[in-house]
Amino acid sequence: MSDSTASGPVLAADGTPLKRSLARALRMQKLRALMLIAPLLLFVLLTFIAPIADMLFRSVENKIVVTTLPRTVQALQEWDSNSGEAPGEAVFQELYYDMFVAAEAKEHTKLGTRLNYERTGISSLFRSSGRKVDDIGEDHVKAIENASDKALKDEALWFEIMTGGAGAETNDAPLSAGRQRLSNLTDTSFSGDIGFVPGSAISEILPETTQAYTDFALFTAVADNDVVAEEDPWETAFVALATELQADPARLDGYAGPGADALKAAAEAVAGLEPIAFKPAFLDIDKDWGDSENWKTIQIYSPRTTNGYFLNAVDLQKGTDGIEARPENQQIYITLFTRTLIMSLIITGSCILLGYPVAWILANLPTRTANVLMILVLLPFWTSLLVRTSAWKVMLQQQGVINEVLVWLGMVPDEARLVMINNQFGTIVAMTHILLPFMILPMYSVMQTINPTYLRAAKSLGATNWTAFWRVYFPQSVPGIGAGSILVFILAIGYYITPEIVGGTKGVFISNRIAYHISSSLNWGLAAALGTILLVVVLLLYWAYDQIVGIDNVKLG
Amino acid sequence: MALNTVQPQTPGFVAAVSAGAGALFGLFVGTAQGSGFIGIVIGAALLAALGFVLSGMREREKPLRWLITAGFLIAGLVLGGISAAIVGALFGWFAGWFIFWLATSRYRAHLAPYLTPGQVLWHYTFRVICGAIFVFLITPILVVMPLSFNAQDFFTFTPEMLRFDPAGYSMKHYEDFFSNSDWQNALWNSIKIAPMATLLSVGFGTLAAIGLSQPHVPFRRAIMAILISPMIVPLIISAAGMYFFYSRIGLQGTYFGVVLAHAALGIPFVIITVTATLVGFDRSLTRAAANMGAGPVTTFFRVQMPLILPGVISGGLFAFITSFDEVVVVLFVGSAGQKTLPWQMFTGLREQISPTILAVATILVAISILLLTTVEMLRRRSERLRGMSPS
Repeated sequence: MSDSTASGPVLAADGTPLKRSLARALRMQKLRALMLIAPLLLFVLLTFIAPIADMLFRSVENKIVVTTLPRTVQALQEWDSNSGEAPGEAVFQELYYDMFVAAEAKEHTKLGTRLNYERTGISSLFRSSGRKVDDIGEDHVKAIENASDKALKDEALWFEIMTGGAGAETNDAPLSAGRQRLSNLTDTSFSGDIGFVPGSAISEILPETTQAYTDFALFTAVADNDVVAEEDPWETAFVALATELQADPARLDGYAGPGADALKAAAEAVAGLEPIAFKPAFLDIDKDWGDSENWKTIQIYSPRTTNGYFLNAVDLQKGTDGIEARPENQQIYITLFTRTLIMSLIITGSCILLGYPVAWILANLPTRTANVLMILVLLPFWTSLLVRTSAWKVMLQQQGVINEVLVWLGMVPDEARLVMINNQFGTIVAMTHILLPFMILPMYSVMQTINPTYLRAAKSLGATNWTAFWRVYFPQSVPGIGAGSILVFILAIGYYITPEIVGGTKGVFISNRIAYHISSSLNWGLAAALGTILLVVVLLLYWAYDQIVGIDNVKLG
Repeated sequence: MALNTVQPQTPGFVAAVSAGAGALFGLFVGTAQGSGFIGIVIGAALLAALGFVLSGMREREKPLRWLITAGFLIAGLVLGGISAAIVGALFGWFAGWFIFWLATSRYRAHLAPYLTPGQVLWHYTFRVICGAIFVFLITPILVVMPLSFNAQDFFTFTPEMLRFDPAGYSMKHYEDFFSNSDWQNALWNSIKIAPMATLLSVGFGTLAAIGLSQPHVPFRRAIMAILISPMIVPLIISAAGMYFFYSRIGLQGTYFGVVLAHAALGIPFVIITVTATLVGFDRSLTRAAANMGAGPVTTFFRVQMPLILPGVISGGLFAFITSFDEVVVVLFVGSAGQKTLPWQMFTGLREQISPTILAVATILVAISILLLTTVEMLRRRSERLRGMSPS
């Protein structure tokens, strides 16, 4: 270094201070490394992490109640769930409008199924109500239709009334409210021009009717792809009209828009009738609507998020006074979780027992022999999981190889063949075999590094074989056991295929239940909650594995 | 005097130990014939006598061993036909070897001379235990192979097969596999999905592995944890999450969705093998290349790539086998149009059991032996290239 720079900061060749120049080079290096990693990171985030996050989200998500019955949920807020009485007429009126739209979109059965997880019987309640809901207010609908020489049976007149005629002032509010509600309900977009915008005059006079008609118009145009003006309006429009006209016939007084005469005639027609009674009508369809317990369930599950799935996953439920245990006959998940844990522990234990001698002999034989024997470990490791599982099915069946051999040897009488499959024994044997290589390989790589002279030194100092092994060799091989055990346990706890095929009913794991809820019972929320619990357990173990072994040190083959 | 004091054993010792082995075999044969006790007595007596007599005739070992093998073979043939003859010959061969092994004290020859008899016994017991575990590991795979040639639709050995009657064997399950459209569709789907998934994971994975093995990578541990996670998270959870998410974005039930899912599952294997190869990579080589005027791209393809290629290929093979073997995720993410070979096997095992599965299994075992050999050769080549081990 020349002495001219001794006083100032050390400079790089281009004159910038060396410190800054180095920092820039380092930054460039980091950036380049990150650029190389970025595509894969993005790929994994999108194809793998996002799905996991989605599952976590689904385990608490519960918007189906509020999207299917938005108005009912709103009205239900004032209802006291401890009163022991079903809610009043107002709630049932909202239920009518909600139920009608939901039934048209065929979404009411989904809600019924969802609530049925929490309270048995609700499913059929929703199904029957969805079928019969358009009968409510039948007399009023007929009266309006028949009034003024059947003027309101004409769909074109309805369209004209509701738009207020060509060029009339319009009101977008009901339309956007309707779009919002329907797209929430059906999970599809209801945007775009539908050829209908409610008139502002009519929407002030008859807001409920306008809203009902707008919902109908949106559904007709978007979901059914029909022209609004050519279709008969839903019964809800008639019922809303009847209700509004009965409540205040005077509201039509200043109205001079299209169809004013027809509306007035309709007002006269319904004036003589009793107001529509929604509550008795629903009770008529299904008396269970009078059961306050059903309403309580709807109210409890009306928030957008719920811990209900998680409670269900640990055999609890939401009761009147907070959280309570499920009935005895529905408690299955705690049993399943403990069974999964215990069986995984047994499998890990038997893998240690079987794997340790093999790893020891592989590490202590001459390299050539060890390599040959290693093939016997690696071949199962590389063989398809399905092949090994089918092999175990072949071996363990009642008419399988093991039973045949035992019978042939006369050790087991022909009529009392051993039951080794479709129970826990079958699962444990098959999974021990399948996971054994995952135990042997980490143990082997640790044992290879143990210096054999330590054992000889111990023996020459007077230790017996057992003492030398237990006090000198074994402690050094513990990291291998730890690494293998965590690996095997992690793999075992989430196994699905093998328990499904050889496990029967007694030998299944929590994964099989998750798969059942996804594909058969369609209770996705519960599946997600069970999966989340399992994931947390596995991630804890993964973290432990990282601390003990380090993920960088995972080796294959 | 030499330290090695291996002496031939006394006839009494040989007779006693052989009697033990004879009793064990006698027990099996005896129970098969109706009486275990008589079997034990006959087996023990037979081998004890043989052991006692033969330990005196050590110098004529070879012809005597042939004689014993032939004797048991004929005895088996007379008593129970061809299969019994084979069992008899095997047992005869074993008995001859065992008796002379004991009699000449060959079993002590390569052991440390100071070992006590108890330690010698434990040494061999331990080997027998290990042998049993190896048998446990390999038997299920071996059993599948002969059964796949079964002429009957059974999952077990028929009497014809045990008599080695050619009528008991046939290729009909293989014919079924190659002619049945279900199986052929499944095979084609697997062949279409696995290479695409492998290509994706190898492409992204190799780049990222190179990035990860640079000296200064911020958040290295966290990034590594995320990239390895598809291997750690239980498949059923990955499958559930992907099912939910992919059906939201319209990928559920599409070829593309399955390929993406399988690529994600294969990535950890590529990362692990390629980073392992890069550990021994000499960075001065790339600097030398740059020094001689090669750009980063040229350096990568002409210098770095050839050296890490074995690691990349074996990572690719792991990714391939992951996709080719995967059933849980495809079960949920795929639809009937993406039914792969493992899926078809799974359905077959769960619903109607057809021995065609065993034929497929045998073919898959053959494939995995092929892959195993390739990976092993690549590993050795990679180590030789990096000068890590000469073997």
